[in-house]
Formats: sequence, structure tokens, C-alpha cells
Amino acid sequence: MISIDLIQNTAEALMDKAAIEIPEDYLTGLQAAAETEDGNLSSFVLQAMLENYKAAKEDRRAMCGDTGCPRWYVKMGNEARIEGGPVALESALRRATAKATYDVPLRPNRVHPLWRTDHNNNVGIGAPEIEYGYEPGGEWIDLITVHKGGLFGTDYRMLFPSDGIEGIKRFYLDSLVAFGKRGLACQPAIIGIGLGGSKDTCMVLGKRAACLRVVGSENPDPKIAALEREFKELGNSIGMGAMGFVGKNMVINCNIEVGYCHTGGMQMSVHAFCLSSRRAVARIYPDGRVEHRTDPDWFTSYQRRETVDWPGSAQEAAE
Amino acid sequence: MSKPREIRLSTTPTPEALAELRLGDIVYLDGLLYTAREGVYMRALEDKANIPLELPSQSAANFHCSPAAAIRPDGSFNMGAVTATASFRFAKWLPEWMAKTGAKLIIGKGGMSSKDYKSYFVPNGAIYLSTVGYGTGALLGRGIEKVEAVHWQEELGLAQAMWVIRCNKMGPFIVASDLEGNCLFERENAKIAENLARVYEGTRPATLKRYGETDDRSDEVIG
Repeated sequence: MISIDLIQNTAEALMDKAAIEIPEDYLTGLQAAAETEDGNLSSFVLQAMLENYKAAKEDRRAMCGDTGCPRWYVKMGNEARIEGGPVALESALRRATAKATYDVPLRPNRVHPLWRTDHNNNVGIGAPEIEYGYEPGGEWIDLITVHKGGLFGTDYRMLFPSDGIEGIKRFYLDSLVAFGKRGLACQPAIIGIGLGGSKDTCMVLGKRAACLRVVGSENPDPKIAALEREFKELGNSIGMGAMGFVGKNMVINCNIEVGYCHTGGMQMSVHAFCLSSRRAVARIYPDGRVEHRTDPDWFTSYQRRETVDWPGSAQEAAE
Repeated sequence: MSKPREIRLSTTPTPEALAELRLGDIVYLDGLLYTAREGVYMRALEDKANIPLELPSQSAANFHCSPAAAIRPDGSFNMGAVTATASFRFAKWLPEWMAKTGAKLIIGKGGMSSKDYKSYFVPNGAIYLSTVGYGTGALLGRGIEKVEAVHWQEELGLAQAMWVIRCNKMGPFIVASDLEGNCLFERENAKIAENLARVYEGTRPATLKRYGETDDRSDEVIG
């Protein structure tokens, strides 16, 4: 049984880490970008960002004033048991979100869409989002928080098989250029692309591709991995850099995730996880151990499974 | 590669100091600035509430910003990071706001169009400063000397409230428009546009179009 107090305390620590500490994989990617950048203004911007990450850690202050919309991804091993059950878990995550908003402090971004009511704590109807995943085996729970900005850099389009790779490229470039101008997408970014699923799952896949895969990761399908590399290069050949200034770096990594879709369609979403690519992860065990990391490790072979049954599942065991 | 010029600027700048600024200069600010975005604009301009500051004598610097900040139980402030929000959405209110408050520095994300600059920035002797990144929230946070006050937080919430901040070498900011109404972002867009046709080679427009992006009601989503 995993202690609910430990879950809440860990969740508070994760909120603080996500807001303040740029993940190492993104930092390494941006440092590499800064070395290749030769546009005067875009170089200045990347250097300023690198200084900013240092300042944030030294002062323990949020790296960006827009601390995004905090959300939670929860993954559980099949044998995980939580003290108080799922309702207690959700309460703990909502309390941690509210408490960290005051303690860090974060910007209380979340308001009612019509009445603009602000509880000043990033909690409200449907906020923070809590999404779930499961893995075969294991008594642990993974808490992942992502603080992503919410206004620009993301788009969806219904494409068809006849649009082909040429159509996918077109929408990819359109999204990068549209939101890259004036730096609205806060690039260079981790670009996540969702392909397939249905409209809602396509958006979810693309967002997870951007937020839950680290820089340097590749899709296990070698042909998709080749597309990821090609798209990164394509994005970086636009001639645009940070803030939409002339430059060479729009894309730090391009992550593509796919889901089976309607036979007539080819849904596509594009998401940009920005210069403040904020995520923090911890695995909690029933014996009280807590392991912190920055790789969500969300897209396991189980999450991407294609078959009816999973080897070793309870159904198969029964047979 | 040349490094941009760095300049210290007052938040109540003289016309001469503003005339000195060139597109792409890096600016650090000293003095009082206030945050105002849609909440403050609506309350001051549409609801006609009295602005709780003497403008522009106290400050001529309007920051399109919501800080990452909290008010402690004793009424003191904890402000960590500050960064800007995209300014183009505020074009609806800015001409009236500038006329009413004498703002000379509009500070935000992404700038405005040169049409905006020429139609109401230039006549008011104002320029636009862009934050950097975006966003260097921690660096800008270091430039906060003191949070002087917060107004209208009951009515608007912490994110939309009018925060009054005393800054000491707060920056970096980039000069994104000048007193002639030239626009840094449009200059950069034009340079990048020259290359775009080549980048788009080997792509094709989507079969299913979007309806409603123009006012032509005879549009269809096919064809």
C-alpha cells in the first residue's frame, strides 16, 4: 500500500522541481543548438535562456513567469495499491497543485472560461488534468507533472490518405511557421506530432509525444524514427530561430506518435513544448522509497501495443 | 558576430532617450512599472474605474504580464518570476489606454504590427519593448527591487491584477519598434520569407480546407 501523505509530499516537490529546474535532456539539446546558432539576435536569445535556467536554479524561482497549466500523468504498476484509493489520489494531486501554486509561487493561470473566476491556486473545473496509464507488473506509482504553456504552437487538422507524407509535411511546416513568427511558440521547442487515433486521441498523442518523450529519444518503428529525423532537419532549415528572428534552430527534437485511425482518415496534431519544457517525475514504492527522474518513460512497448492480448496478462495466465 | 548594444532606460523615459533606441537594442529598465492586460483594460476603459496610480508621472511603462506571485497572510508579496504575454490581443484597447495614461513603453511578447505602431505608438511618442526568449522569467525576477502594490486583485484575481513593481536594471528586453514605427519582427519575417518557397518544396496543401478564415461565405471546404 502506497501512503497518501507520501504521494502528496512527493507531488509538491515535483511541482517545485518542474517549475524551477530545466530537464537535463532539453538543456543539453538547447546547448547544442546555441553552439550552432549564428543569427545575432537568435544567438543572444539562446544565451539569455541558458543564463535564465541557471538563475532559476540558483534563486529557486520559476524559470518562466508563465508557469503554464500544471497537469498530472499518473502511471501505475498493475499491482499498485493506493491508501484511500483513486479518489484520495486525485485529492492529493489537487492539494499539491494548490499548495505549490502559493509556495513556489506559480502564476495562478487557471480561470473559468466564461466568468474568468480565478481561485488563485490553479485548481478548478477539470483542472489540473489527471491522466492515467498502467503497466504490467509492479507495485509502484509514477507521478509525472508537466507545466506547459497553453496559447500558441498547437494545431489539429484532418488529413486523408491521399494527402500523404507531402500533406503531413505541409501541415507541419504551416504550424511551425505560423507560430514561429514573432516567437509565439517560444521555440526552439520539442515538437510532438500525433498521427491517427480520432480527433481527441490524436491531440492527446501529439501532446504526449511533445511532453512525455525526452530529447534524443526515437520512435521504435525505424521508418517513423527516420521521419522524426527528417522533420527535425526540415524545421531547422526554415531559416527561423528563437523569437522568430533569422536563425537555424526551431526544433530541438521531433517526436512522432501514432494510433490506429478510421480507414478513411489521417488525423494530425502538432504541439510545441517550449523553451521552458517543464516536466518532473518520481516513482513511489510501497516501502516508502521515492526515485526522482526527468524522463517520464511513458511510451513503453505496453503503451504502444498492437495486439489483442499482452504476453503474460492475467487472461493468458488463466489459459 | 556582433553583440547587440545594451542600454539602461528609465520607466519614465525622455523623448530624447527613446529617440536614441534602435531596433534590436537590448534594454534594462529602472523605475516603476505596472502590469496591465485585458482585465485592467476592461476595468479601466469599459467599466470606467479610477486607475489607482498617477500616470504617467509615476510610470510610463505598461508591462503585458502576469507575475508568478502570491500574497502572504501578512499582506507582503512573494514574486518569483515575471514574463510577458502576447501583446497583439490587446490592440483593441491600447490606443485609448495610451491616450489616457501617457504610456511610452509597451512591454510584452511578440510586438504589434507596424500598422499599430504607425497609427498610435508614433503619435504618442511610444515604443515597444519585447521580453526575450520567451521567457527569461528568473532573470527578470532578479530585476525586481520591490513589489510596491497590487490593485484590483479582489476583482480580477492575481493573474489579471495591476501589479506595481520597482525595478532595478530589469532585463533583458529587446527594442522591437522605434519612434518612426518600424517593426523588428516584420523586418525579420521579410528576411525569412525569401527562403520559405524552397522549404515548402515537396509539400502539398490539405485536401480538406478550412471554412470561416475569410468572410467569403461562398467558400467550401473542398476544392
